[in-house]
Amino acid sequence: MSEVIVVTSGKGGVGKTTTSANLGAGLAVAGKRVAVVDADIGLRNLDVVLGLENRVVYNLIDVIEGNCRLKNALIKDKRYENLYLLPAAQTRDKDAVSPEQMQKLCENLKEEFDYVILDCPAGIEQGFKNAIAGADKAIVVTTPEVSAVRDADRIIGLLEANELKNPQLILNRIRADMVKRGDMMSLEDVTEILAIKTLGIVPDDESIVVSSNRGEPAVTDENSKAGQAYRNITQRIIGNNVPLLELEDNEKFMDKLKKLFRFGN
Amino acid sequence: MLDFFGLFSNKRQSSKVAVDRLKLVLVHDRVNCSTQVLEMLKTDIIRVISNYMEIDEEELDIKITQTESEDKKGSVPMLYANIPIKSMHKNQG
Repeated sequence: MSEVIVVTSGKGGVGKTTTSANLGAGLAVAGKRVAVVDADIGLRNLDVVLGLENRVVYNLIDVIEGNCRLKNALIKDKRYENLYLLPAAQTRDKDAVSPEQMQKLCENLKEEFDYVILDCPAGIEQGFKNAIAGADKAIVVTTPEVSAVRDADRIIGLLEANELKNPQLILNRIRADMVKRGDMMSLEDVTEILAIKTLGIVPDDESIVVSSNRGEPAVTDENSKAGQAYRNITQRIIGNNVPLLELEDNEKFMDKLKKLFRFGN
Repeated sequence: MLDFFGLFSNKRQSSKVAVDRLKLVLVHDRVNCSTQVLEMLKTDIIRVISNYMEIDEEELDIKITQTESEDKKGSVPMLYANIPIKSMHKNQG
């Protein structure tokens, strides 16, 4: 059965687009037919994160307005069989689409794909309402910061009010060393506040910057810790039970040094 | 193991501060009760209670906080009102 999953956050800059790109690529590598849809009309970004910016011809608005057929607008990713991108329009704004039109589009995509990943714009306005209209499930991305968690809480309320019950959490950019010394909220802290189920945690990782520089999703990089986190999340979406990623402790070396000192005394 | 440096500072862990601040701010966000509404509620409460007793309007404290829910499954919003009574009205009844 096909599923439309919307990736939301409320606050901007917490990693919605990176998450959408990595989940899309991850699911495709796992053998699923996937369409990633950039629902951020006017602020197109999923194409660059996926490294497909040079291949954009038609966009979501063209499909909705009937300027082209859906299959003409879908960009096939040559690196990963099964992965397709429907880019956002860059020159229009979010009011160019209605929730009903998005619903129809999602229905059409579901006929062709196992998973449809919708990259939702930041905010709670029309763009958000459009993006969630056709979704079956929602993912809420947040970072362990007060502003991001507060906005995530607002988004969870709005999702539930729009019949998207039980959204799942991805806690992004977590740093084990900071959590350990009590200077960053832990997964437990965040889930206690938001009271939703955890889909996964993603460590703060330089490889994410490198991968978006190159337009190659980290999920396919065997050496990337964040990539591993996204591979785990992908498996959970498919329905496999994978334990949460063990966060690497940046202080390990220092700890060893301290222990050595204690023995010396 | 005790945090050696922690002994010399009485600062709370910033993550705990964040959690506490968030919990409080979300109580307000979730009930969606604006300061204006709260002010109106306050005025109404004063008006009704003043029919029966004289209250100290200066010291009056009305706010929305949270309390543990009855089934102990988390916290629920609570309207908290602390209304000091100056005197009962004499011409009651």
